[in-house]
Amino acid sequence: MSAVLVVAGGVFKDSIRDRVAYNLVFFAVLLMAASFLLAQLTAGQDVKIIKDLGLSAASLIGLLIAIFIGIGLVAKEVERRSIYSLLAKPVTRTQFILGKYLGLVLTLVANLSVMAVAYFAVLAYLAWVTPESVQRGWEAPATDPRLLQAFMLISVELMLVTAVALFFSTFSSPFLSAALTLAVWIIGHAGADLRALEALGASPILAALGRAVYFLFPSLAPLNVTNAVVHGVPVTVEHMLLAATSAALYIALLLVAATLVFSRRDFK
Amino acid sequence: MDAIRTEGLTKHYTKGFWRPRPYPALEDLTLQVAQGEVFGFLGPNGAGKTTTLKLLMQLIYPTSGRAEILGRPVGDVAVRRRIGYLPENPYFYDNLTAEELLVYFARVFGLSAREGAARAARLLDEVGIGAERRFQLRKFSKGMVQRVGIAQALLNDPEVIFLDEPMSGLDPLGRREVRELILRLRDRGCAVFFSSHVLSDAEALCSRVAILVKGRLAAAGALSELLAMQTKGWELVVSGVRQEALDRMASRFLRVTSLGEGRFALELPVEVQPAQVLSELAAAGAQVVSLTPVRETLEDFFVERVRGAAGEPRGPRHDAQVPRRGVS
Repeated sequence: MSAVLVVAGGVFKDSIRDRVAYNLVFFAVLLMAASFLLAQLTAGQDVKIIKDLGLSAASLIGLLIAIFIGIGLVAKEVERRSIYSLLAKPVTRTQFILGKYLGLVLTLVANLSVMAVAYFAVLAYLAWVTPESVQRGWEAPATDPRLLQAFMLISVELMLVTAVALFFSTFSSPFLSAALTLAVWIIGHAGADLRALEALGASPILAALGRAVYFLFPSLAPLNVTNAVVHGVPVTVEHMLLAATSAALYIALLLVAATLVFSRRDFK
Repeated sequence: MDAIRTEGLTKHYTKGFWRPRPYPALEDLTLQVAQGEVFGFLGPNGAGKTTTLKLLMQLIYPTSGRAEILGRPVGDVAVRRRIGYLPENPYFYDNLTAEELLVYFARVFGLSAREGAARAARLLDEVGIGAERRFQLRKFSKGMVQRVGIAQALLNDPEVIFLDEPMSGLDPLGRREVRELILRLRDRGCAVFFSSHVLSDAEALCSRVAILVKGRLAAAGALSELLAMQTKGWELVVSGVRQEALDRMASRFLRVTSLGEGRFALELPVEVQPAQVLSELAAAGAQVVSLTPVRETLEDFFVERVRGAAGEPRGPRHDAQVPRRGVS
C-alpha cells in the first residue's frame, strides 16, 4: 500500500505543477469571474447564469484536465520511457496503476477545490452587491450549499473519466487514448437518447445497437445535477449514493481491467 | 551465487501489422555474472543489448528461457530492492526537481523523506549536480539528466547495478567520473553490468565482457582470455639510418612511416624476429629509439567478431591499416 501512496504523491506533485492544468484552472476561474459581468446584462437571471456557467466551466475544465493529464499518466510515461526507472524499483505494476490513479484523483480534487472556492467567491460577491429585495425573488440563495452536491458529483464523474483514460492509456497511444476517452464521455452523456432510439423512430437494428452501447458504457447523465441545483431543486441523498456507487463499481472494473492489461504489457 | 544468470533467454517480437511475423531480438542468451565483477555487454546498434537489459528488469517478458538476479527470478520485488538500473537515455518527470525526484524514488525504496533527502543530497554531490538540483528537470541538459539517472540508480546502495550506455551524453570529465564511480562500486563488492558502444571504456573497466551480434552471443569471457594478450607484431622506432638501407630491408616490414628528423617507425609482422632485424639495422648505423609489441585491442576483437557473425570476411586484424611496402 505504501508504494501506491508514494507513487500517488509523486503524480500529485508532478501534475499539480503541470502548465496545462494551471492554465485550465486559471481559465475556469476567469470564466467564473466573467460570468458575473455577463450576468449584469440579463435582467433577473443573473444568479442562475453565474451558477450555471460556473458549474459547466468546472465540469468541462475538469474533464480536459482528466483527459490530458490522465492519458499522460501511463501512455506518455511509456512513450517517453520515464516508466523504466520506476518499474525497476520495488513497485509492482498493479501498485503503479493504482498509485497513478490515486495521484490524479488527488490532483483533480485539488483543482476542483480551487474552482469551487472561486465559484463561491463570485456568488458571495453577487449576494453582497444585490439588494435583499431582489434576492427574495431568487429560487435559491446565491451561496446555496446544494451547489456543493453538484461539485461532489462532478468529482465522481471526473474520477470515472480518469479511470477510463487510464484504462485506454495502458494499451494505446496518448492521442488515441484521449480520443477514446472523449468518445466514452460523449456516449455517457447521450445515454438516455441512445436508450430511446426506438421511440425516436430508429430502425430495430440501430435501436438494439443503441441499447447495447447504453448498457455497456457508463451513464454519466445522473452525475450531472447542474440544472437541478441551479434552480434550487433538491437532489436526494439516495440519488447521490446510487450515482456514486454505480460510478465506483465502474471505476473498480476499469482499474482491474487496466491492471490486467498493463501487467502483461511489453515496454518495447 | 551469481549476481546475474540467464539461461536460453530469448525474445521474439512481432513485426508487421497485416502479416505479422516473428522478429528475433535475442536468441538463446546464456551467461553468468559474478558478484563484485564489472561486466561489459557490448555489441553494435540493434544487437539486443537493451532488449537484454529490459528482460532483466522485466520491462518485457521473455519468449523463452529464464533469468535470475541474486538467485531470484527477475521481477521479484524483493530483488528490486537490491539492484539499481540506469535506462538508456533516461527521462524523468518534467515538473519535479532533481532533488524531489530522488526523494520520490528513495521513498519507493521505503526510506523516510528525511533519509531520502540526505541520500539524494549525497548522491547529487557525487554525480556533480550542484545548485541545479533545485531546478525542474525540464530545464536540464541531456548530460545533466544522465547524471541524475546515475544518481537514482545508486539510491539503495545496490548489490548489482545495470547501466545501459552510462557514458551517453556525458562530456569527457563526466565520462571519467563515471569510470571512477564504476570502479568504486566494484571495490565495495557491487556487480556492475553495463552496455556500451565505447570499447575503450569496457577495456579499461571490465574484468569480463560479452559481445552480442544480431541477438546472439558472439563471444564471452575474461578480457585476458578473449584477447589472449598475444603479440601480433612489433613497432620499432629507429633513428640515424639512411633511407636506402631501409629500402633494401623493405620486405621485412609491413609499413615504414617517416616521423621526420631522420626517425622512422617500422611495423614488423609477428613472424619476423625483432632481434634479427635489430642487428641488421645496427649494422646499417641505426639507433633504436623504442621497440613495442603490438597487441590485439578489444576494438580489433570486436570488429572481427561482429564481421564474423555478420558473415563478412574477417580479413587482417589490422583492418584499418592496409599493408604497404616502401617508405612513406
